[in-house]
Amino acid sequence: MATHPITLTVNGSQRQGQVEPRRLLVHYLRDELGLTGTHIGCETSQCGACTVILNGQAVKSCTVFAVQADGGQVMTIEGLAQDGQLHPIQEGFWEEHGLQCGFCTPGMILSTYDLLLKNPDPSEQEIRHALHGNLCRCTGYQHIVKSVQYAANKMKGAPAVAD
Amino acid sequence: MIPGEFEYYAPTSVQEAVSLLQQHGEDAKVLAGGHSLIPLLKLRLASPPVLVDIGRIQELKGIRRQNGAVTIGALATHADIEFSEDLRGVFPLMHDTATVIGDPMVRNLGTFGGALAHADPAGDWPAVALALNATMRLTGPNGERTVAADDFFVDLLTSAVEPGEVLTAVEIPVPQGKYGTSYQKFSHPASGYAVVGVAALVQMGADGACQDCRVAITGAGPKATRATATEDALKGQQLTEELIAQAAEQAGNGMDFLGDIFASESYRAHLVKVFTKRALLGAMQAAQ
Repeated sequence: MATHPITLTVNGSQRQGQVEPRRLLVHYLRDELGLTGTHIGCETSQCGACTVILNGQAVKSCTVFAVQADGGQVMTIEGLAQDGQLHPIQEGFWEEHGLQCGFCTPGMILSTYDLLLKNPDPSEQEIRHALHGNLCRCTGYQHIVKSVQYAANKMKGAPAVAD
Repeated sequence: MIPGEFEYYAPTSVQEAVSLLQQHGEDAKVLAGGHSLIPLLKLRLASPPVLVDIGRIQELKGIRRQNGAVTIGALATHADIEFSEDLRGVFPLMHDTATVIGDPMVRNLGTFGGALAHADPAGDWPAVALALNATMRLTGPNGERTVAADDFFVDLLTSAVEPGEVLTAVEIPVPQGKYGTSYQKFSHPASGYAVVGVAALVQMGADGACQDCRVAITGAGPKATRATATEDALKGQQLTEELIAQAAEQAGNGMDFLGDIFASESYRAHLVKVFTKRALLGAMQAAQ
């Protein structure tokens, strides 16, 4: 089967590859680029563990072909901390115990990133609505909501973070 | 889960897409947002040899309001609709419906046109398109044609889009005068799909009576369907809660109902009446 050349900007670096069209973005990121912070959970577009930011919005990378993302900008969890400094959302999850096993965390954090871009001051209900597509089987979500609130407070007035 | 092999094309114009579809005939399937198709490919419930990705066709994007109508490009995502203030001002139910589809990531990529063309019996947009009297614009090898929403949903997972055609846009007339809309949904607790969803549009005349109304049901049967007996019982009447409750009892008359382990046919038939009443009450209140 013919392969297609693709060029993606991933966490600020240009990456070129040659993929079969059926190659899912999540597999490309993990298996070809070694970015294993993007997790594979349910593989059926439900759990949100594979969430990445594609062209400025959160998407489930198990439900996108890498060829569809050709020419696009991708940010994975590895792209969030700058110069060894945790992003305020990561800091929020750290400070508020927003994780236990951590499997859902990259997806939770990137969905939060999408939320705070659209709505910098979300209510608790809006936070829960925004994280509707991310499943956590450990924490019962209370601490996750607090983590997002911590991040929103910290980011208020702070300059927007580049993709 | 890895889909079967396929050839992939990413045209940048509708004409190019149509000629690719024509060239590959029944082998080709259109890929838009991919949020119905890619799960089917991964489960290998579908294995089309050719995918024509229309996601890069700029002319299919955007939401425009002009000449008393709203035109929604087939590639407008659920999120585009959810966050369109302009659209929300004209049809609040478009916003309300978008927010109960899937989850934020699904809404960021899943498209309005894709959901309509896919004609999922539990999809939300088919009911809305019927209630709002939408017109679908299609382009195929023989040029453009339009199909009214009433003729668009043919059967389970079957819309009026012919092989070789692309759904390009959906046009929705903005009613004159006072009107209200509402979408009420009983969501499946796990999947979020509509077990039953009812969309309603109520238009009020100068005399305060119901000048026109349209009610459409999704989730309950193999395809989205109008509740015409309910509509007829309300047209020309001064609407009251009691009258709406009576009219809603006729919703679903003569319909084929689906049943599954979660909701039996008779339960869906019951839900149709309940949610028709709620949607009509919501639309009536919004019209006042």
